[in-house]
Amino acid sequence: MTNIRIAVAGLLLISAILGGCATRPPALYQWQGYQANVDAYLRADKNSLAEQTQLMEEDLKKISASGGAVPPGYYAHLGLLYGQQGKLDQFAQQMQAEKKQYPESGTFMDFLLRNFKK
Amino acid sequence: MNAKNYLQALAAACVLATAGCATAPPVDYTAFKESRPASILVLPPLNNTPEVQASYSVLSFATRPLAEAGYYVMPVTLVAEAFKENGMTQAADMHSTPLDKLRKIFGADAVLYITVSKYGSVFMVVNSAAVVTAEARLVDLRTGKELWRGTASASSDEGQNQQQGGLLGLVVAAVVKQVLASATDQSHKIAGVATTRLLSAGTKTGVLYGPRSPNYGKD
Repeated sequence: MTNIRIAVAGLLLISAILGGCATRPPALYQWQGYQANVDAYLRADKNSLAEQTQLMEEDLKKISASGGAVPPGYYAHLGLLYGQQGKLDQFAQQMQAEKKQYPESGTFMDFLLRNFKK
Repeated sequence: MNAKNYLQALAAACVLATAGCATAPPVDYTAFKESRPASILVLPPLNNTPEVQASYSVLSFATRPLAEAGYYVMPVTLVAEAFKENGMTQAADMHSTPLDKLRKIFGADAVLYITVSKYGSVFMVVNSAAVVTAEARLVDLRTGKELWRGTASASSDEGQNQQQGGLLGLVVAAVVKQVLASATDQSHKIAGVATTRLLSAGTKTGVLYGPRSPNYGKD
């Protein structure tokens, strides 16, 4: 019994200590495989652009279904994947979606809409 | 585990838990609080290591902690493509781009310069670890003022107890670990830990919370 009491006291102490320096709010965004997809794109030696696009589309459905927020850059990165495959209408759509959700991206999205060519 | 061992382990855990947040010197946040940036442009990191993948590996992890801290982060892949379109593929060239030009194209409030100084397996005779160290500097794109700088490391060796089995056992274990480390791309995972440590808010020396966080203005 003593051991259990010490164990419980210990866990409480540890959580108090950790709580003291790491009072983090709950996550703002649903990330799914976004970071891994960005990594795959940057390295360009893993999945094909079509596969990367499919993963991003599937994750986007999951995020919408769960009611979570789409992370900064998500629509824009998906748009880039479309653009690299010559789908310029879908590229523009995603840039507009990024701009709508995140007005902070406006200047850059407008720059891309003016300048992006496959 | 008896009560005494348990208490010893507990004491060690407490030391580890507090070491991460209690020992760093205070950071001057005056300029940061005056600037209050809402959006951050993360440039592809400068790579001071022999590992070619270090820059992109760290970059792929940089968005999440900053976004969760409450900032809008310019889409890193499109930023890299925009530089490429302008004939720039080297991080050093991107890092020396004038601030007014960055502000004009990307419209961000601040730019983050990351430098990776360690990336990969370090073989240390009786031990081997994947170690990643990176430092970062946040500069206001409107005023040119430095707002914050920080550094962080992570190692695959953290929190592991000393193994039993004598010196030879340790050397063998180290060799095995190094082989495994490169085979499973452990360095990339450790880069994720180091980058998250470097760029998270809510720590004594990290970035402040940004406008999209409920903690904005409270730190």
